[in-house]
This record gives sequence, C-alpha cells and structure tokens, in this order.
Amino acid sequence: MLHAVSLGAFLYVLWLLLSGLGAPLLLGLGAASACLVVFIAHRMDVIDHEGHPIHLRWRMIAYWPWLLRQIVMSNLHVARVILDPRLPIKPKVVHFKGTQKSELGNVIYANSITLTPGTVTISLEDGNFGVHALTAKTVGDLQTGEMDRRVTSMEIGAPNERNAAPRDKT
Amino acid sequence: MEMISQIAGWVLLLLGSAFILIGAVGVIRLPDVFARMHGAGIIDTLGAGLILAGLMTQAGFTLIMVKLAFIFIFLIFTNPTATHALARAALNAGVKPLTNFKKTGEDKPSKS
Repeated sequence: MLHAVSLGAFLYVLWLLLSGLGAPLLLGLGAASACLVVFIAHRMDVIDHEGHPIHLRWRMIAYWPWLLRQIVMSNLHVARVILDPRLPIKPKVVHFKGTQKSELGNVIYANSITLTPGTVTISLEDGNFGVHALTAKTVGDLQTGEMDRRVTSMEIGAPNERNAAPRDKT
Repeated sequence: MEMISQIAGWVLLLLGSAFILIGAVGVIRLPDVFARMHGAGIIDTLGAGLILAGLMTQAGFTLIMVKLAFIFIFLIFTNPTATHALARAALNAGVKPLTNFKKTGEDKPSKS
C-alpha cells in the first residue's frame, strides 16, 4: 500500500514537471492518469520493494554523488588510455562474489560497475559477478572492493566507515 | 549573468562533444566488442552528461532544466541495462573476450 501511494505521488510529480500545466481540469486528468498507471502496475504485480525501492531513498541519494565522482574519474582514465598512441590496455575478465544481501543490491552494484567506463558487468548469477575490465588500473579499482562495500552498506543501512568519520573523531 | 551562463553552457557543450569524439575514437581503436563497450561507455556517461549539463546551464532555472535532468536520470538508469544485454548477447553468441592484447605497430583493421 505504501509503495502504491509513493508510486502514485512520484508519477503525479513527474507528470506535473513534464507538463507544466495548471488548469484544474488538466490537473485532474493528470491525477487520473497517475492513478490508472498505479492500478495497472498493481494488476501486473510489479509494485514491490524491487520495482520501487523506497526503503533505500535517502541512502541512495547519499550514494549517487560518490558514484558520479567515480564515473568522472574513470571516464578521464579511459579517455587518456584511448588517446594514448601505445593503447596501454590489458583486457581481463574478473570473477568475484558480491557481498550484497539481496538481488536488488546485486543489481545496483552491477549497474554501478557498468556505469563506470573501464568496467562492464557481463554476467551476474546468484551474486557471482563476471566483470570485463579494460586496464590494470580498473581491475585494481574493482579489487579494492570500495564500491562493493558502499553498495552493501547502502543496502543494509549500516553506517559507512567514511561517512561516519565525524563521529569517530570525537 | 546571462553572459556567464551562456559561456559556461558552451564550455560544457564543447567538453561533452570532445568526450563523445574520444568515445568514438575508442570504439574504433579498441580491439574487440567487449573493449569497445568501454569506449561507448564514455559517450553515454560523461559525453551525454556534459552536453545535458551544458543545455541545463543555458536553459536556466526553468521547467526545461528539470526535463533535461530527467533525461539524464533515465539515461543513467537505462544504460547499464542496455550495455549488459549487449554483453550477454555477445557472450551467448560465443564471442570470447580478448585477454592477451598486444598493440601492433600500426592500426590494422581487425579480421572479425
């Protein structure tokens, strides 16, 4: 029920922002269409914690800036490699197991890996990842497991060591 | 103020274009289909991201900016899925990732 209400609210806000209209009739029609979509989604049985993970919302928003930074950094690295006349690449497929507790966590981790250039998740089966990495540096970045840790701590809600740093200092 | 946001927008647009160009060069230079996905990855993260950021800067605080932000968010959510589907399709078709790559003296078109 909470998921349905949240999905409806999300859809209506999306509709408002995309349409930018304010006439009462149109607002009503927008609300009606948001309700219709929620009804259809309910009939399809896709309103659940996976399709609409509201339990992660704040921690997810805290995770995004870190992910964006990683994306920019690895973009610069891969761009430099591509422009290097020697093309210093060392393609490799790395296999490892993710520490996430749920499939949703695994998927978030796999998508984060794919979003950072230099690493692409090519297989994911029961938490076993197969990742194609372009250079030795991207293999190293994977093996530090920093992203794995952050996704897991976001998923289960444990305070991340780095994020909790101010408390440690006192 | 208008001037500054216009210039900043253009700088971001040009930077984004540069990254798209680099990504395209990567798609051509890198040896096999899996390595080429990394080149394509540059295009659809930093390339598209910087161009959208440039357009947002030029649009200013309007609904257009919000819509551009939505485009970026949808791109970030859908891209890994598409890339993963592509990689899976290549694996299922029997393409083996190249692992012992040695750069030859000149760029020769690969036989595959």
